[in-house]
Amino acid sequence: MANSTTTKAKAAEAAQPASVMSIIAPAVGWLVPGAGHLIQRRWIRGLLLLVSIGTLFVLGLLMQGHIYKANGGDILDILGFIGDLGAGGMYIVTLAMNGGQGAIAFAIADYGTKFMIVAGLLNFIAVADAYHIAIGKKQ
Amino acid sequence: MTVQLTHFSAAFVFALFASIVFGITHRETTRDMVRYGLYCFVMFLGGAIAAGWAMWLVRR
Repeated sequence: MANSTTTKAKAAEAAQPASVMSIIAPAVGWLVPGAGHLIQRRWIRGLLLLVSIGTLFVLGLLMQGHIYKANGGDILDILGFIGDLGAGGMYIVTLAMNGGQGAIAFAIADYGTKFMIVAGLLNFIAVADAYHIAIGKKQ
Repeated sequence: MTVQLTHFSAAFVFALFASIVFGITHRETTRDMVRYGLYCFVMFLGGAIAAGWAMWLVRR
């Protein structure tokens, strides 16, 4: 009985049409960290996400961190690229400006590399959160 | 322009911003977000300090 109720609930959930916001919010949130929350009027959360993720990424750049490009080589390089890609617009702009070349001379530059990867990974979480708000799973 | 952070300040900045994002994304209410964010911050920074002391003990 309980099993059939759960199945029905899952089926109803799956049948819900994807709203426009459930597509736009994650996309915008990926391009600009926190924007997925801002367009859903979660002002404080959006601003905090923007400042937190943005500062981590910019600090990583200023620490002469290395930014990964699309590659099919070493597994760690591929994972680094996936992490960096999460930063969305900031990653694209940095690549376009030929930034994030990395400086081997600074030991702290390795921290910068990790800061940028973590900023991207945190943005993936923020994007998922924006999606959950859009579909009504979270307030 | 280059920013040079010490090991501790880098850990502090990382813990601060990662905790803010974790708090916002992993909890529902504002109160729970603040509490979880603080918990993550203490765990991040406390873990780094504890690991530092552990390495100091191992080295001796």
